[in-house]
Amino acid sequence: MIAPGDLPLWAAIIVGALTIGGAAFTLVGSFGLWRLRSFYDRVHTPTLGTSLGTVLIIVASMICFTVLESRVILQELLIFVFVSVTTPVTLMLLARAALYRDRAEGNASVPPADPQPILKAREAEPDA
Amino acid sequence: MRRLFPFPLLTLGLLGMWLLLNQTVALGHILLGGAVATGAGLAMAALKPQKPKIGKPLAVLRLLGIVATDVIRSNFAVAGIAIQGKRRKQTSGFMTVPIDMQNRYGLAILSIIMTATPGTVWLNFDAGSGRLLIHVLDLKDEQAWIDIIKNRYERLLMEIFQ
Repeated sequence: MIAPGDLPLWAAIIVGALTIGGAAFTLVGSFGLWRLRSFYDRVHTPTLGTSLGTVLIIVASMICFTVLESRVILQELLIFVFVSVTTPVTLMLLARAALYRDRAEGNASVPPADPQPILKAREAEPDA
Repeated sequence: MRRLFPFPLLTLGLLGMWLLLNQTVALGHILLGGAVATGAGLAMAALKPQKPKIGKPLAVLRLLGIVATDVIRSNFAVAGIAIQGKRRKQTSGFMTVPIDMQNRYGLAILSIIMTATPGTVWLNFDAGSGRLLIHVLDLKDEQAWIDIIKNRYERLLMEIFQ
């Protein structure tokens, strides 16, 4: 049975600092989501939680369990891989949905759609 | 070998994931995971995707290093902007970047890099004109962002996926 007291002091300090650091980045990201002005501004800040926030916390977890179980624990790396690969999907979906809606409503603050993309594709590849 | 492992990197990656999830390197798990990974590789081949050619491992490492430093730096930059909130003068905006890369895997990786880096969001890529629309949180100098994307990421990605 593993008790929290089994973690040596040096490891506890490192793990604690990393966890608090990761949590702080995630908190600041959420704070930005609440505080910033437009949708497009707000969509940026939660990335703090999915990048450095996640990395710091999984490094803390890897160190903690590697020390506690006296063997190398790396499975947290998978969390990092899956979070980094899936975040862009949701983020792009949300941002593009907002862009589509703003364009449909004729909102002047967003750039207009590229005109006649099919014609341009032919110009770019004349031999195709 | 080619017939059995049409996507060797994918098969190896899946086997690695299997072993990580099971937290073991026991022979039984290597065989079982290997069988599952081989099956997944064959299933992938049945979908007939365009085969990625990944070359230059050194360029891959360099790109990883560049992305890691950029992600850390922009984390701090965006954290500063988020803390200031509405008090800060608005500097965000849309911009387009001309992209020369046509390899779809390279473009997919570029989109992951841009989204994983706080402060930039990939909005729309028009394959015909090669125009990429992004939204930047701290848009003071458009040319600087174009230089970052083209010189730091796109050039290396084009080297990796010739």
